[in-house]
Amino acid sequence: MGMWYIFRREVQSYFHSFIAYVIISAFLLLAGYFFYTDLIMQIMWTMKKVDFEKIWELFFNDIRYMLTIIMPLITMRLFAEEKKLGTIELLWTYPLRDWEVFSGKYLSALLMLCIMLGLTLTYPIITNALFHIDLKPLLAGYLGLFLIGSAFIICGVTISILTENQIVAALGTYLVLLMFWFLTWNEAVANPAAMNVMLNFSLFDRLYNFTRGAIDLKDIVFFVNFHLVFVVLAMLALSARKWRGVQ
Amino acid sequence: MIEVTSLTKYYGPIRGIEDISFRIEKGDVVGLLGPNGSGKTTCMRILTCFFPPTRGRALVYGYDVVKNPLQVRRHIGYLPERVPLYPDMDVREYLRFAASIKGVKPAGRDGHIDQVMATCGIDDMANRLIRALSKGYRQRVCLAQALLNNPEILILDEPTIGLDPRQVSDFRSLIKNLGRERTIILCTHILPEVSETCNRVIIVHQGRLIALDTPQNLQEKVQMYGQIYVQYYGDDPGLEKKIAGIPGVVGVEGAEATFSGARACTIQVQKDETILRELSTLIHTEGGPILEMKKQTLTLEDVFLELVTKEGAA
Repeated sequence: MGMWYIFRREVQSYFHSFIAYVIISAFLLLAGYFFYTDLIMQIMWTMKKVDFEKIWELFFNDIRYMLTIIMPLITMRLFAEEKKLGTIELLWTYPLRDWEVFSGKYLSALLMLCIMLGLTLTYPIITNALFHIDLKPLLAGYLGLFLIGSAFIICGVTISILTENQIVAALGTYLVLLMFWFLTWNEAVANPAAMNVMLNFSLFDRLYNFTRGAIDLKDIVFFVNFHLVFVVLAMLALSARKWRGVQ
Repeated sequence: MIEVTSLTKYYGPIRGIEDISFRIEKGDVVGLLGPNGSGKTTCMRILTCFFPPTRGRALVYGYDVVKNPLQVRRHIGYLPERVPLYPDMDVREYLRFAASIKGVKPAGRDGHIDQVMATCGIDDMANRLIRALSKGYRQRVCLAQALLNNPEILILDEPTIGLDPRQVSDFRSLIKNLGRERTIILCTHILPEVSETCNRVIIVHQGRLIALDTPQNLQEKVQMYGQIYVQYYGDDPGLEKKIAGIPGVVGVEGAEATFSGARACTIQVQKDETILRELSTLIHTEGGPILEMKKQTLTLEDVFLELVTKEGAA
């Protein structure tokens, strides 16, 4: 139950402080622009028959970049703000377990992600009214976006625990996410064997299969593990107050 | 109600508190005193299960703070010194949030919140955003939060800072009322507040407990000699020497002419009532008529300073 109350308060807070409106509208504006350019480019390239699967692939990759930028902005306040205000001190003296607070906050950011992704469903719906499109690869793509967005959130919430400065929390999250991105930029320097190992850790490349309409168990396992690692780190960071004794 | 046995907390190598033991019974209003950095907040944070102690045991309402923190937290209300609140919520919304988390049943929730708001005098602020409230009102909203779900134990850290004098006196009577059926730990620097509201005092200094008693007993313990202030007509400084010569008088201090033809001094005496008669007769016959004569008792402030400085020197 505690988780639900924390979740509800965080969601209220997103909408009261207008963060939700600003971020969702900015996201939709950019997503609409990207979808439009992806569509136009495909039509211009192929001239006659439009390859929708290619359009979705491009579109999902664009959304992935946007989520990389936007999700840390959503998660940065979750713990940092409470630490700054001191409200975390009161929260820890309420009958709540650490994981209830953490998951309530995580789920509130996840709801924001679902709203954002849900609203972009209007593009395929409108497209489907005009042309007949295959929905299955689309669903795989959305699942992929949901998983990668959730991974950004779990990383962002965890880093937000470490600081009371929201900007530091956001920058820290960018840093960690970029690290997972840069892993595969080493193609030129790394030997193929090392590259293969590193590819296993690349968060961003995990979306490729999904965008092509394939759901691979390996990718799902990767995301689950990614979440687990950050949950463990978060629980450690939360319990740090017990032995360090500072807020 | 609260039982603390050799409680110790270290922050790494830095000592927070060491070997503190005390018992607080139901219905006690206890003042927790100490200079800055003496370990008051550490004590409170352990009792509120914010963090566990390094060593020692603390039982709150029969539950161990380390083994059963959730049970402990269900029975306490805490008002932190920083008065932390969510600025983007309105008062009622915030109290609903706090009440839900503290386990107030949805059926009676709004009624309970109304009642608590009335107790704290914030019922006319129910729909204001917390952001827009003055310091005094924030303080009261935070107190209201602590009172939700009728906790048996209230832990209040500097509760009257930022209140206006009228609110302070209202607040003190509120504490006295609450203290009839609850246990209260009041941590403060304002000593008159403690003498007025508390029936027991705990003094910590440099992480150690140096006193635990009723304010009256503490005063008596610290005050080794009785103090008598006299003002009388007369201008002969020699009288003070005669006073000092009376058996039972320890010393005469602060002798001075108060106005033309009158003198005053403070006489330290052994704790013995019969000396007063002798003293007044002497002054009356040798000096002049007595204008004023009173027994001086130490304020809690004197007691506190005495204990803390003595401990600091030791």
